[in-house]
This record gives sequence, structure tokens and C-alpha cells, in this order.
Amino acid sequence: MADHKGAAGSEALHVELVAADRTVWSGDAAMVIARTKEGDLGVLRDHAPALSLLAEAVVEIQVEGTDDVVVAAVDGGFLSVAHNRVSILSEHIELGEEIHVERVKAELEEARGLIGANNEAERRVRHAEARLRAAEKVSSGASH
Amino acid sequence: MAVSLREYRARIKSTESMKKITRAMELIAASRIIKAQQRAQQAAPYARELTRAVSAVATFSNVDHPLTHEEENPKRAAVLVITSDRGLAGAYSSSVLKEVERLSERLREEGKEIDYFLAGRKAVAYFKFRQRPFVDSWTGFSDQPSYDVAAQIGRALIDAFLKQQGEEGDVDEVHIVYTRFRSMLVQEPTAVRLLPLEVVEGEEPPGEAELLPLYEFEPSAAEVLDGLLPQYVQSRIFYSLLQAAASELAARQKAMKSATDNAEELIKKFTRIANQARQAGITQEISEIVGGVNALADAQAAAND
Repeated sequence: MADHKGAAGSEALHVELVAADRTVWSGDAAMVIARTKEGDLGVLRDHAPALSLLAEAVVEIQVEGTDDVVVAAVDGGFLSVAHNRVSILSEHIELGEEIHVERVKAELEEARGLIGANNEAERRVRHAEARLRAAEKVSSGASH
Repeated sequence: MAVSLREYRARIKSTESMKKITRAMELIAASRIIKAQQRAQQAAPYARELTRAVSAVATFSNVDHPLTHEEENPKRAAVLVITSDRGLAGAYSSSVLKEVERLSERLREEGKEIDYFLAGRKAVAYFKFRQRPFVDSWTGFSDQPSYDVAAQIGRALIDAFLKQQGEEGDVDEVHIVYTRFRSMLVQEPTAVRLLPLEVVEGEEPPGEAELLPLYEFEPSAAEVLDGLLPQYVQSRIFYSLLQAAASELAARQKAMKSATDNAEELIKKFTRIANQARQAGITQEISEIVGGVNALADAQAAAND
């Protein structure tokens, strides 16, 4: 926040991944990839200030100085970038490792069955699919 | 001596077990407060970021959003009442309900009708007992509210607010009555207006050092605002629920502490009376024995004469 001034380009990209009831992840990153309503968005250092609405999709954060990638599924929300500080806010955020694949698959089935019945179902399907992708990405990344 | 020693002993015993119960409740409430405060702290970053984002959009676009739109002639107001699910928390719920009555009176003087939305069993019981109508109620979470509940309540209130005037179930403003957690000792019932939103006022303005950058909005400022404001409302409700939960636990701890203290006093008093009764019994026995001995001695002296 206030302590993030200084010369542009000399500092790392600080990322806060915040859910409604907790901070899910925070730290420095080399790059953030997220999917907004308009399409994929990659954020590198010194990105112009932006505020975008996110889709129900996967957010990837390449951790600064390592090969680690933090993968999380978000449930809408938004991303804001300013002064090398990225905040990703969403009501529900789950890290790839936290996701129970079986449970999400069951929910996906249930939500697919409800499609057409209400608008909520489509959103649930997208959210469940995003969570599945996040879980897959984490497990495939771990096997390399 | 109206009551026998045995009965006093029984009373002391039951008071002692009561004291144990209230003491346990006091300790449970104390440990939960810490958790409730932690939860409130964990939710703080979200609320802070959201507020920053909303004020960023509000500053750079001409805010004219349905959620910030003031009705020219407000006729109906919704009041969300946040109380506890359980009692044994002193005056916690009743002081919230008193605040509700005060607010209701004020709103009625302004010529508005009131729709009530209730959270917590105590509020529901209060309204049912007086046979007063309410629109909707949510119960079963008062000491550890989740964001999902806040989202649910938020949706219901936003839906009611967004309806056109004259439509069934339409409200023109939304108020929340909850208990603000000032400290372990002080919790104040508070009434605030939630909708229409006053985005710029009310929140602490960003300091000089962090002037808001010129954001690019994607897809557009209006659409970003559309996405943000409902979340902002829900996060405000979540904040109120968390504050109310911490206040409830603090009130319960205080109430149980004074109950424990009272039980202690009562035990002291009963012990004193029981001791008195015991002493009186002994004194009586001694005087009976002495009396008997004297009588025997007198009888013997009379026989010897």
C-alpha cells in the first residue's frame, strides 16, 4: 500500500489473492495470468493501472525467483493492478491443492442436471469446471 | 429456623453446580471471542480492497448506478435486524431490538412504511410473539457467520431495493441494526443506512500518499461498477455480521461472569446461614443437656433432703 512507492521497475510485483473471509495467498510474483470477462490477461511488472472483472476461471501466479506456479480457481470477482501491486478479489477462492476432485465432479454433474432450470446452474457449472482445471493443472505440474 | 441445615446444604450444592456451568460458559465465550476477532481480521483485507476499488471507480466515472440512486420520495424502508440465536448474553439482543424500535419510530415519523428482515432466532421470536409481520429471516449462524449467509441476505436486500416503486415488495432504502464491537467491555447497538450507497462518504478517504491511480476499466467503468457494488453491499453485511458475532460473545462472557460472581456471593451467604443454623442446633442441644442435668441434680437434692 503506502509503502509501495519508489522508482518504477525496481520492485517486484506484489500479489494479494483475497477471498471474502481470508487472504488465500500473498507474495511476490513474476507474472499473473487471469481470465477476465474480455479474455485472458497477463500482468507483468509495471503494468498500467487496470481494474477488470474476472470470469469464473483459473488464476495462475508465477512466483518470483522460483519455478513454482500458484494455481487457484476464482468465482468471479475482480483484479486490480496499480503501482506493481495486484489484488485479486473473489468471494470464493480455492487453491489447486485444496480442491477435492471427486467432490467437484459430483457437483459438476449436479449443476449440469440443473441447467435450464435456473441461471444459477450455469454459473455453478463454470465455477466447478474452473476448479477442476485448477486441480488438474496442479497435479500435472507436480508430476513433471 | 425456618429451613433445616440439610436443605441449606442442598441449596449450596446446586448453586455450586450452577456456578460451574456459568463459569464454563464464560470461558467458552472468552475463547470464541478470540476466534471471532481473528475472523473479523481475516475479512478485513477483502473489505479494504473492495472499498479502494469502489472508490476508484466512483471517482473516475460519473456514478449513476441503481444502487446509489436516491428515491425522491421514499415510501418504504427495509430494516435488517441482527441479533443472536441464543440467550444468556445479558441485554445483547434486547438492546438491538430497542434500537430497532427507535429507528422504526423515526422512519414512521418520516412517513415510511417498514419491511423487516431478521437475522437470529431472538429477533424472530420477538416478532412472532408480538405477531408483527416480517419479510424474511435467517437463523442458525449468529456466533460464526459465513460469507455465504451474508451473500444470501445481501441478494435478498438488493432485490427488494432494485424493484421499482409501487412494485410488490419494493423498498426505497435499507437500514441495518447491529451491535458494533468497540472493545471487550463496550458494544453499542448501531443503526446505519446501507442503501442507497454513499460510496465516497462514510469510508475513510485514502491518504495523500496513495492518491488513486488512473485505472483502465475492463469491460467498462459502468460494468465494473455493476459487478463491484453488489459485492460491496454483501461485504458490508458480512462485516456487520462479524461485528455482531464478536459483540454477542463479549456480551455473553460478561453476563456469565456476573452470573458466576453472583453464584459465589450466594454460596457465601448460604454457607453463613447454614453455619448459623448448625451453631443454633448445637447451642440448643447443650442447653437441653445442661437443663436435663440441672433437673436431675435438683431432683436428687430434693430426694436427699
